[in-house]
Amino acid sequence: MADIRIAAVTKSFGTLAALREVSLDVRDGEFVALLGPSGCGKTTLLRIVAGLETRSSGRVLIGGRDVSDLPPRLRGLAMVFQNYAVFPHLRVRDNIAFGLTMTGAASQRIEQQVARAAALMHIETLLDRYPAQLSGGQRQRVAVARALAVEPAVLLMDEPLSNLDALLRLEMRAELKAVLAEARTTTLYVTHDQTEAMGLADRIAVMQEGRIVQMAPPLEVYRHPSSMFVGGFIGNPPMNFLRLPVQDGVVRLGTLTLNAPRDAGSSVMLGIRPEDLELTEGGDGFAFRVQVPEPLGSHVLLTGQADGQSLRVAIPPDRNIGAGQTVTLRPNPERIGWMDPATGLALEGK
Amino acid sequence: MQPSALRPYLLIAPSLVFLLLLFVVPLVQTVALAFDTPSGPGLGSFARMVGDLDFADALRNTFALVLCVVPLQLAAALGMSMMLRHLRGGRDIVLWIWTIPLGISDLAAGLVWLAILTDKGYLNTVLFELGAIPAPQSWLTYETPGVLFLGILIAEFWRATAIVFVVIVAGVQLIPQEYEEAASVFGATAWQRFRRVTLPLLRPTIQTALILRAVLAFEAFAVVLAIGGRNFPVLVSQAFAWQYQNQNYSVAACYAVLVTLVSLAATLVILLALRPRAGETV
Amino acid sequence: MTGLRRALFVAGILLVCAWTLVPIYLVALGGIGGAATVYAWPKPFWPATLSLSNFQAFLEIEGIWPAMLRSIEVAVLCMLFSLLLGAPAGYALARFAFRGATIYRLTILMTRAFPVGILALPLAVGFVRLGIYDTAFGVALMHTALALPFAVLVTASLFLGIPRELEEAAWVFGCSGLGAFRRVVLPLAIPGIAATAIFAFVISWNEVFAASVLTVRHKTLTAYLLTLLSEAPLQSQLAGGLLLILPSVLFIFLVRRYLFAMWGVASR
Repeated sequence: MADIRIAAVTKSFGTLAALREVSLDVRDGEFVALLGPSGCGKTTLLRIVAGLETRSSGRVLIGGRDVSDLPPRLRGLAMVFQNYAVFPHLRVRDNIAFGLTMTGAASQRIEQQVARAAALMHIETLLDRYPAQLSGGQRQRVAVARALAVEPAVLLMDEPLSNLDALLRLEMRAELKAVLAEARTTTLYVTHDQTEAMGLADRIAVMQEGRIVQMAPPLEVYRHPSSMFVGGFIGNPPMNFLRLPVQDGVVRLGTLTLNAPRDAGSSVMLGIRPEDLELTEGGDGFAFRVQVPEPLGSHVLLTGQADGQSLRVAIPPDRNIGAGQTVTLRPNPERIGWMDPATGLALEGK
Repeated sequence: MQPSALRPYLLIAPSLVFLLLLFVVPLVQTVALAFDTPSGPGLGSFARMVGDLDFADALRNTFALVLCVVPLQLAAALGMSMMLRHLRGGRDIVLWIWTIPLGISDLAAGLVWLAILTDKGYLNTVLFELGAIPAPQSWLTYETPGVLFLGILIAEFWRATAIVFVVIVAGVQLIPQEYEEAASVFGATAWQRFRRVTLPLLRPTIQTALILRAVLAFEAFAVVLAIGGRNFPVLVSQAFAWQYQNQNYSVAACYAVLVTLVSLAATLVILLALRPRAGETV
Repeated sequence: MTGLRRALFVAGILLVCAWTLVPIYLVALGGIGGAATVYAWPKPFWPATLSLSNFQAFLEIEGIWPAMLRSIEVAVLCMLFSLLLGAPAGYALARFAFRGATIYRLTILMTRAFPVGILALPLAVGFVRLGIYDTAFGVALMHTALALPFAVLVTASLFLGIPRELEEAAWVFGCSGLGAFRRVVLPLAIPGIAATAIFAFVISWNEVFAASVLTVRHKTLTAYLLTLLSEAPLQSQLAGGLLLILPSVLFIFLVRRYLFAMWGVASR
């Protein structure tokens, strides 16, 4: 068990800056997800922590020990790879035992740990098979078991679920969470899938262009995104943004009058999630012209226009609204966020 | 520099040094040797080479052989690889049989065809049984240069088509099946698909196959010697004769320089003739 | 395909098979049929008597045994040199993005445009001076120059086919660089490396020109057969030809799985 401290790590490939002074602390036993679109530097950061990639500057500390210049094998960590990296020439048993064998552990302890890790991942019956005889999901389990068997101080995971099909991914996600919660292993988890990050992590570090732009618990990232980028990246469908003029400290939207944030300029962006808009009959609100209704079972997704800007709204499944209809919407005032249209950054509400 | 940055250079260094010593150095030596005559550096050896009785024949024979056999081999290899695509069962065994000549040396190939083409060989047996000839007849002499050439051509074709075939098949495997499927959906016949889709996509593969084969064909030696002996001089056999029998290393080197230049020229011609058009990626 | 077209197609396939196999069969007939078969007229198309007398006669020719041993010695050396020099370079090409990698690869490819075997001519002079003329070591060096470019490119593709992640996983789970190579990369690469070795062996085993130029008394089998061409009786030549062919056929069978993967990359 150990914490991870990443201090001002930069990485450049030639003139291209992949990481710009990234600092991040992962507490002992915490599960942190590095979330971001492809090319944001999240995998590079993870690989620098693992020692698989050299950094341009900065330091990495694990359990208070500076491991910046140590080879991967001396950093006391385990890793689950995107393509599993299960050794094809070794039986499942020997794959799981690999890390312990390398440290020269006693055979009795190896056996015990292999059995424990295999039981955790429900692959006891596969121990004598070769990876070629396993399905993708089973290989994934072997990869996790191999990492758990060494009881690492720190566990690194690089998009471990991205190669599984949707159903299996859901199943593994829940299982992974249960196993890791029990093991209380400090975990750094890279993903581009926001539901994965939301579902698994204690805290999410959202990355954009080589920087961490927000680091917070999942719900806070979801409710209070620090920028339009975060709001748009997290949530499916993403957050809506309406650009509205500010007059005399207030913003008018249909018949609604909202207090503008303190530092607002001549216009602000109003950020609102599709599920935080509701239909209203007769009350205050703004007009929304429906262009495409998509009944999705759990809700109906409406795409249309309000104030000449496009907007998505999620309404209860029993409502029947056709294309071309105009309805009145009212936002949940507690869920409104404000952003600066120029910088895209969140503004303090009043 | 970190130690890991040096590692790739350490790994390639031995092979580079080796190639320097056994490729670059002899290449330079060959040129030096060619210009080295008893009376100081000059073109004397080249003059002797050109003045050699067999020189014109050797040059003509070499070119005739390469220009005939290489296109034939390309056509055959393309045909074979297309046949292979439609093969359902037995692909493995057919592939093995078709690639056996890959492992056969040119000397062995020469001996194989010698057994067939010699006076009392299998060809004459067949001709005799058919009543075409009354008695064993010699084909591989200077009196029947056409048949002699044909014999060598066949032997070379038999032995070295496999390498073109293997390169082509490897190239065909790289072409996604969808392209052809798309073409057939749009109504292309089998021939049109081959001509308009497969062949253009195979161009880089054909390029390498041709270069590989042409360079080796200019070096053809043991096949020619086994079947034709002294009756069919080629450039390399002349080089061998000057080096080994006449012990004149300088004239032999002149032949080596000539063969090298001819090979490089052929490579260049093939590269240019089959170069991709601007913006094209295949 | 209609029935007729299918029949024509199968006939075509069989025809190409026959075109390859029949000449080998005929020379084998000469090799195992006894002297009577070789000189018979008209020739029988199946062995009248099965006899190894031609083989025996061939093997009794003075110098054949030493030549065969010499050929094996040269081919084994060539195989070792090609792997020891080529595999590290192939690994570097596959695993490191380093300045000059492209130039190195092009240099290796470029050797293809040269008739490398013919470079044996000046080497003969140099080898005399170095005292390695007419030795297995000298011929093996020359043959390595032929096989090395091939070994580099093929091993590069081989190592490229082993996911980098596997090696990284080994590092993370406690292996040093060399340890990961030994425990993970090597076991996975062994079959391909064996195939590469066999190829180097065949290249050397079959080479005639350089072997002839670089030797006088201690000739390889091919070089020795070449000198026999005008002297030895035909049946011995055929037996010699058969002896040259048989190992090659076996080798191609052993490496057949790798043939295309190898040439696919080695040709680019």
